[in-house]
Amino acid sequence: MELRELYQEIILDHGKNPRNKGRCKEFNYDAKGHNPLCGDKVHIFLKLNSEQQVENLSFEGEGCAISLASASILTDIIKGKELNLAKKITENFLDMVKNEVKISINSLSDDQKTTIMSLSGVKQFPMRVKCATMAWHTFTSALNEKK
Amino acid sequence: MDIKNVKNEFPIFKQKINGKPLVYLDSANSSQKPNSVIKKISNFYETEYSNVGRSVHSLAVKATNRFEETRDKVKNFINAQHREEIIFTKGATDSINLIASSFGEKFINKGDEILTTELEHHSNYVPWNFLREKKGAIIKFAEVNKNGEVEIDEINKLITNKTKIIAITHLSNVTGAITPLKKVVDLAKSKNIPVLVDGTQGAPHLKVDMQELGCDFYAISCHKMYGPNGLGILYAKKKWLDVLPPYQGGGGMIDEVRKEVVTYAEGPTKFEAGTLQTAEVVSFSEAINFIEKLGIQNILAHENEIMEYGIEKLKKNNSVNIIGNPKNRGSVISFTIKGIHPHDIATILDDDGVAIRAGHHCCQILHDKLGISATARASLGVYNSKEDIDILCKAIDNCKKVFNI
Repeated sequence: MELRELYQEIILDHGKNPRNKGRCKEFNYDAKGHNPLCGDKVHIFLKLNSEQQVENLSFEGEGCAISLASASILTDIIKGKELNLAKKITENFLDMVKNEVKISINSLSDDQKTTIMSLSGVKQFPMRVKCATMAWHTFTSALNEKK
Repeated sequence: MDIKNVKNEFPIFKQKINGKPLVYLDSANSSQKPNSVIKKISNFYETEYSNVGRSVHSLAVKATNRFEETRDKVKNFINAQHREEIIFTKGATDSINLIASSFGEKFINKGDEILTTELEHHSNYVPWNFLREKKGAIIKFAEVNKNGEVEIDEINKLITNKTKIIAITHLSNVTGAITPLKKVVDLAKSKNIPVLVDGTQGAPHLKVDMQELGCDFYAISCHKMYGPNGLGILYAKKKWLDVLPPYQGGGGMIDEVRKEVVTYAEGPTKFEAGTLQTAEVVSFSEAINFIEKLGIQNILAHENEIMEYGIEKLKKNNSVNIIGNPKNRGSVISFTIKGIHPHDIATILDDDGVAIRAGHHCCQILHDKLGISATARASLGVYNSKEDIDILCKAIDNCKKVFNI
């Protein structure tokens, strides 16, 4: 059932209990994203350290279960990753949501892959794709917006 | 035509949505179209189509006649005094932009005040914002009360000798509040302030009588009145037609065009630049016929009955919070469900064939005031029934199941 594919337990859990909510300490990059059509908002904060590692990553925002879960999953997965890997995961995620692509990055655990892929259900709901991609696009913008 | 069976007039209801019968509760967004309107569009293109008001050949005469007949029909429908007071636009948004631009250019200067309300759709705020940006005008917002309605006192207390126009909705597309328009117009008249009414939600559901109301401008959206897309009406009282400068320039709206100087046609032609939506205008006649056959009072009574049934039934659901409690409510019910975001509600309801809208409904000012970012909205049309409300309520229960509430 498509609806259950969209609202999987993982997504409901992340939507209800989002991880890494708030402003992380010593963030040096941040960006805001919003969807003017529906009013959903996200603000991404991250600390990129001198070793080019995303040392800390968090978000503030309001929106539907999909957008909150997506932001939560993003922070959960990307936090602690090297910058280049973080970019690759983001690319892979955006590709997954738009095309029939799986998460194929070897350094992610099976659990992490499953978590990210729980968002692939939005493909069946074209009007909701933006809900899932907003946090990831905003993360990409944040990397270009040094505080 | 019996209002209880009127759904049969709308071919869209023949199909299934996600395997379920369509329960369409999004008429405040756009209404569905009856057979007569759909057929008129194709019939007009098949037998009478040509551009209007320009050529002299037989088809041009036919098309022009049909087109101008609609102007008369609209004039009678809203009880305007003169046919010239009916201006065709591309929508209610365009109608309001026309006045904001044209009236604003001539009459609004730095420090002048535009009085509007917190209930307004963006289309009755943003056009006025242009005047704030370009001319340094001031926009004042009459506050909504806790019931989601605007009271006359809130308007009264914001009027100053700088108030140049009052721009107010007839019926809120979020709380459903019907504004005290007659009082607003009477008050404004006593102070010589023109009133623009955003009738987008009013005209499809309420009796609209320009003589009784006495406002200066009334904006109508045809696609919310069972009519075609891309068409709006601006009613402008005759005294403004000569006074206001043209809105857009182009063919049809001119009197004489020379290298040195251009003179303009008289209203309403002055405000109708370019080729208008010919088939849409012609078929809008059928939308008015449709409403008149049913009778606007019968439509109002029918929708009120379903709305009250809906509110009662939704109130019984502890998780549902209905937005606003206006004394005079049009057929709009906005609500939230504790623990489920409106977008998720809309997606899950759609799985049960129930079409609602979720978001801020182009009313961010009002949502900010209410302290919520979005609401779910069920809005009614003639084709709805109590059974639709029952299906809505069941679908809401399904939402709660998906979210384990």
